[in-house]
Amino acid sequence: MRILNASGCLDALAAPDVARQLDAFVTKTVTPLPREGSAPPRIAETAHGMLNAIGLANPGRERFLAEHLPRLRELGPPLWVSVGGFCADDYAETCSNLEDIEAIELNLSCPNVDEAADSAAEIVAACRRATGLPLYAKLSAAHPDVAEVARAVAAAGADGLSLINTLRGVALDRRLRPALARGSGGLSGPALKPVALHAVTVCGEATGLPIVGMGGIESGRDALEFAACGASDVALGTVLFADPGAPGRVRTELTAACADAGVVNPEDAAGLRKSPETQRKVPA
Amino acid sequence: MPSSASPSTHRVTGSEPVGPYTLLRLERGGLDPGNPGQFFMLEAPGRLLPRPFSLCLAPPGELAFLVDPIGPGTEALCGLGTGDEIAVLGPLGCGYRLDVDRPLLVGGGIGIAPLPYLAEKLGGSPPVVLGFRTEEHAEAAALLPGAEVAVDPVVVTELIGPGFDVMACGPEPMLHAVAALCPTAQLAWEAPMACGYGACYGCVVEIDGALKRLCLEGPVLDAHRLNGHVRYLVPAESAGAVSR
Ligand SMILES: Cc1cc2nc3c(=O)[nH]c(=O)nc-3n(C[C@H](O)[C@H](O)[C@H](O)COP(=O)(O)OP(=O)(O)OC[C@H]3O[C@@H](n4cnc5c(N)ncnc54)[C@H](O)[C@@H]3O)c2cc1C
Ligand SMILES: Cc1cc2nc3c(=O)[nH]c(=O)nc-3n(C[C@H](O)[C@H](O)[C@H](O)COP(=O)(O)O)c2cc1C
Ligand code: FES
Repeated sequence: MRILNASGCLDALAAPDVARQLDAFVTKTVTPLPREGSAPPRIAETAHGMLNAIGLANPGRERFLAEHLPRLRELGPPLWVSVGGFCADDYAETCSNLEDIEAIELNLSCPNVDEAADSAAEIVAACRRATGLPLYAKLSAAHPDVAEVARAVAAAGADGLSLINTLRGVALDRRLRPALARGSGGLSGPALKPVALHAVTVCGEATGLPIVGMGGIESGRDALEFAACGASDVALGTVLFADPGAPGRVRTELTAACADAGVVNPEDAAGLRKSPETQRKVPA
Repeated sequence: MPSSASPSTHRVTGSEPVGPYTLLRLERGGLDPGNPGQFFMLEAPGRLLPRPFSLCLAPPGELAFLVDPIGPGTEALCGLGTGDEIAVLGPLGCGYRLDVDRPLLVGGGIGIAPLPYLAEKLGGSPPVVLGFRTEEHAEAAALLPGAEVAVDPVVVTELIGPGFDVMACGPEPMLHAVAALCPTAQLAWEAPMACGYGACYGCVVEIDGALKRLCLEGPVLDAHRLNGHVRYLVPAESAGAVSR
């Protein structure tokens, strides 16, 4: 089980020592044109989570390829580039410009991108034609039937799934005004974990694709729960803010959590969940 | 990033009231106190995200922070007792430049926090002017013996004479007033911060005309660099006054 960062939750150039603890570094979502992002305030703490409205701030495709990517290559960890856009051609053109990286993550849960199953599938199909690199489709659990979206992107040629992106929410300040300038934002952190575990379970069953599980992972035990639901790899997001040492810590804790659960490898935990017999023996 | 990529655990060695604020002392352990104006992310017990605090004092073997209890995180920190432990990351960001000829330290309310350590590093008892909302808040001036103090309705900017290299920290309206008076001032700004080390992009403010991360560029900035409003949520009841 590899430990990655969740897109948008780490700047490897600002914190190279944190990035070097990872099995692969995932970039913040890159869009065709530069985006300054949302006005501040952009973040607010909520019960067991936080809201963010960063607004996909990024340098845009051209500057990312010319200035950021070469510097990221020097860091060491394999690279995943998160690609965003507003139509299938946006995504495909960025994909066709990428080479010598480990994988591409398609952020199909962007603002202004229609999240209907066929649109996500159209984007994946266009990117499939544009690149031979492994394509991971990052989905939102806001869709009423995320397994249906997963099936559609699998049929369109996705090699894997990244699950899940944030869920839209609102927080109010003391005087009952939205805490974020943009009004609403994406909910992340431990509050998201049960939703993420469900999405990983049903999308895995629907497609059999490898899954990078994320949403509220804070400990090795959390990572093992994602493995038990069928995730092959995990990504750490919000936990990195409080603990930039989380990748190393979670890796160490994962070994202990495996021993506690009586499995040799995290992958073996997937079998435990399926058998009601052993399921009862997994410590709470 | 600080020398270590992970936060370290530090024991509380003392917690004492200073007017309405709390001076929280932590065992220093292996942490470097950094430059005045730099900050540390302190675990706020029971909260998901850590909170940023300027270093107030660096007594031997300790790091001390002055905390204003304004919400759940700061209240949790003020509730800590000797022997409790919290995670600490830092020093972070860019502090004050110390290569100035005629320093004048200007603080408003809890903005006094970084000034005792700044005064110590500058050496030679630099002049200090402080502004507070009430007499009770003004008790914090005891941290800077010899400081000139203004209490509402007098504002601290009235105490700033000409010809000084101003180094200020305080609420936004005060910083904007100081910037208008002293275009070369060094000002310590605030923004909500989730990480403090450039990971979340949550702390952006308009710096040099573009949205940039305050945790990396600042929190101390030359006055001319911050041309926009931070637009941070200064509670309306304290806007225009010298402390929040
Ligand atoms: C670099 C830096 C250094 C700081 N140094 C100190 C220090 O030495 N001592 C100290 O007491 N505080 C300091 N602060 C402010 C402190 O971090 C916040 O007060 C704290 O994060 C609030 O957390 P909370 O959970 O108590 O309140 P929250 O629930 O987060 O906030 C309560 C209310 O205060 C407002 N608020 C929150 N954070 C800020 C802020 N940064 N500025 C203005 N209003 C805010 C909120 O909008 C809300 O209305 C510093 C901030 C920064 C960015
Ligand atoms: C501040 C912040 C910025 C994010 N930016 C992106 C982004 O650019 N692209 C993306 O696909 N997901 C983004 N996400 C979502 C995360 O990658 C992840 O899916 C989500 O936060 C759930 O994981 P967590 O609970 O571990 O944070 C962002 C999340 C946060 C908190
Ligand atoms: S506080 Fe996270 S980027 Fe500045």
